[in-house]
Amino acid sequence: MSQSLARNPRLGQWIRFLEHDRVRIATGKVELGQGIVTALAQIAAEELDLDPDQVMMLSGSSDEGPDELYTTSSLSIMDSGAAIRLVTAEMRTLLAERAARRLNCAPEDLGIERGHFHLAGERTGQSYWTVTEPGDLEREASGTALVKPHASYRTVGRSVPRRDLPGKLAGGGFIHDLDEPGMLHARILRQPGYSARLANIDGIGDHVQIGHFLAVLGDSPLAAEQAAKRARVRWTGERELDPARINAYQLLELPSRKHHIGADFADTTHDAELTVSRPYIAHASLGPSCALALYRDDHLTVWSHGQGMHPLRHSLARALDLAPEAISTIHVDGAGCYGHNGADDAALDAALIALARPGRRVRVAWSREDEFGYEPLGTAMVVRVSAAVDAAGRPVDWTTRIWSGPHVNRPGTTSGHLLAREALPDPPPQPVPTDPPLSRGGGATRNAIPLYNVGAHRICWHLVAGTPVRTSALRGLGAVPNVVAIEAFLDKLAAAASTDPVEYRLTLLEDERARRVLREVRDRARRESGQGLGFGFARYKNMAAYAAVAAAVTVDEAVRVEKIWCAADAGLVINPDGALNQLEGGIVQAMSWTLREEVRFDAHGVASLDWDSYPILRFDEIPEIEAWLTGPRDQPALGVGECTVGPTAAALCNAVADALGVRILDMPLTRDRIVAALLAGDDPAS
Amino acid sequence: MAGTWNLEVNGQAHAVQAEGSEPLLHVLRDHLGLKGTRYGCGLEQCGACMVLVDGDPVHACTRRMDTAAGRSVTTVEGLDAPGLLAAFLEEQAGQCGYCLSGILVSAKALLDRTPNPDRATIAAALAPHLCRCGVHARILRAVAKAATS
Ligand code: FES
Ligand code: FES
Repeated sequence: MSQSLARNPRLGQWIRFLEHDRVRIATGKVELGQGIVTALAQIAAEELDLDPDQVMMLSGSSDEGPDELYTTSSLSIMDSGAAIRLVTAEMRTLLAERAARRLNCAPEDLGIERGHFHLAGERTGQSYWTVTEPGDLEREASGTALVKPHASYRTVGRSVPRRDLPGKLAGGGFIHDLDEPGMLHARILRQPGYSARLANIDGIGDHVQIGHFLAVLGDSPLAAEQAAKRARVRWTGERELDPARINAYQLLELPSRKHHIGADFADTTHDAELTVSRPYIAHASLGPSCALALYRDDHLTVWSHGQGMHPLRHSLARALDLAPEAISTIHVDGAGCYGHNGADDAALDAALIALARPGRRVRVAWSREDEFGYEPLGTAMVVRVSAAVDAAGRPVDWTTRIWSGPHVNRPGTTSGHLLAREALPDPPPQPVPTDPPLSRGGGATRNAIPLYNVGAHRICWHLVAGTPVRTSALRGLGAVPNVVAIEAFLDKLAAAASTDPVEYRLTLLEDERARRVLREVRDRARRESGQGLGFGFARYKNMAAYAAVAAAVTVDEAVRVEKIWCAADAGLVINPDGALNQLEGGIVQAMSWTLREEVRFDAHGVASLDWDSYPILRFDEIPEIEAWLTGPRDQPALGVGECTVGPTAAALCNAVADALGVRILDMPLTRDRIVAALLAGDDPAS
Repeated sequence: MAGTWNLEVNGQAHAVQAEGSEPLLHVLRDHLGLKGTRYGCGLEQCGACMVLVDGDPVHACTRRMDTAAGRSVTTVEGLDAPGLLAAFLEEQAGQCGYCLSGILVSAKALLDRTPNPDRATIAAALAPHLCRCGVHARILRAVAKAATS
């Protein structure tokens, strides 16, 4: 049974019948721009034989909706979608049986149109709304309801337009826009790191101070912003970083816990080796984090754009020493987050101020600098692969070595807490780093096991404690460096074996679905003269969607991406156009990471605090993207949101190597690195 | 200097009480309640705050009230661009949508001036805008489609 359903077995946690022939479906998954709410409504409409416009969605409510933890890891269709499918199928069966008894016929004789029961093509006067009884919602889901066969789908598999897009195109729909007269506006004067203590405050008006947590208040966003600018705050005990040392390769020197997965080390000499690195990167949401909170009548209500409202309620309860029942957390859309950004931390900021100002609604808005400065980063990583090859040049023994900071530091997991807790009296201890287990796709090890036949395989990996900055989940976790390492290495081995890189991969791949996406991309990809062409492939987490990407580039001093092709197999696709949008978005984000992005540091922490110092790709750098879905649609739905990031990064690295004749393996592939590689490549002695 | 400033927004005359140095972005969002114009950086780097001032795209985050006074401002709420909206919906050109109000504003200014822009021209006009969700290819297609419809 779906895990979500096991955790929330009561039918009423998911479904409710409303007037005017409508049904309300609740989900714990939230809209992050990925279109999940639209897709889940399609699933419900399908099983209930409703039009999608009869389905109202309630998403991310701690009081009324199911607890489905966080909206992460391309799992929403598999978790929430599976639960909603079972719940709605069960409800349909139950109500059809009851209607049949009333109409004195067999349930199989009944047709359902927009929730109304038909008999021999005629309306019967009975509908879901006439036959449902209050007790229905109290039942526990059996989890065994008969769901519709794929072949009969009418709504699932159609590109239904996003429900929230019209409102957003009209300029509305974000948490940042919630407003009410008399609201208090706050800016946080943030503790610069765990050990820093407030030494002296000057020039400050209305404010809230709790321990080393300090917020200035105003009656408008501008007033709060100006108050923050006026305030003179001195901190002591700030940590001093050595920015020159902060890079991916520093991870090899920091204390770490070592893990071993897979085959024992063999007595084989490895013929080839290659090392890939990625720097610290930022989520860099376009809209900085925001939260609202109100404490009234001993109850705290918090509005947040975080990824999980139930976990947020628990983390807030722990931080504030309140009972979870004394807190309601409500999701409101924010800017895309791509993982664990500042959203949850802003929620605690707002809650702390609200508790100090009962009866007032408080709005906390982070500035651009706050967001870049205090969001948890995607960790830097180093991945080294080596292999022994047989006479035909095919790998027979393969070792992957990984050095990585933590990929998950979410509040509510054992390893994370909300940021402002560090400033409060009795701060929690620094989190002990953990990593998601491989059964859930792993973090540092995500996609580290090649899907190819590589002989005996082992992973030896180091979970580094004490990265210079807080790191947490960012789209794809370790998949990007791991896929780049595998795919760059395969290109290298293919070249050594004088084989075409795609042909070489096909000789190592048995999975027909994997072979199909690779072949389709190869057949469509074209290189014009002077361009480099590169390929990348992965099945995300080795259990979600398959994606193969080809990139054509020209390289002079910088890389110009000319065209991207992408074939993906996600099995059953609820909303094909929505899935394509996700494929394309992942492609662009991964292009930007690979070519451009790197967080910079100074002695106090993050120094790249604006878009000039943390540039991302712009419109005039985006090529045409040809992405398509392929593969068997009658197979289970596979998560699609992150499947393109690894293959895209790999395709780009391979295309640049193809164009240059030299391989650059440290991301991002900047102008400096290209020039250096060209110079080294020109040097006959090297 | 604090004062009362005359401002036409989306065809409506307003008398705004504000400091002369107050950014237009705050005036629009917090005095006039027009929340479609967004804060992204406050530094003319992201384009989330783009509005039209006398028909030209302008970053509202740095434009001072006193230099906008007496002019005519158009925000996403008053854009009157049904062709663009229809094309964005047809292409489903959006994910989180945070970037869209600013992008629609620049696209409208482009199409008002350049009837049939090619892809490179559209991309250049939108280069002041960031989209972190990576919807660029769809947005470029949508603007091109609106131009020909
Ligand atoms: S908010 Fe004005 S350009 Fe970013
Ligand atoms: S759609 Fe999210 S930033 Fe553009």
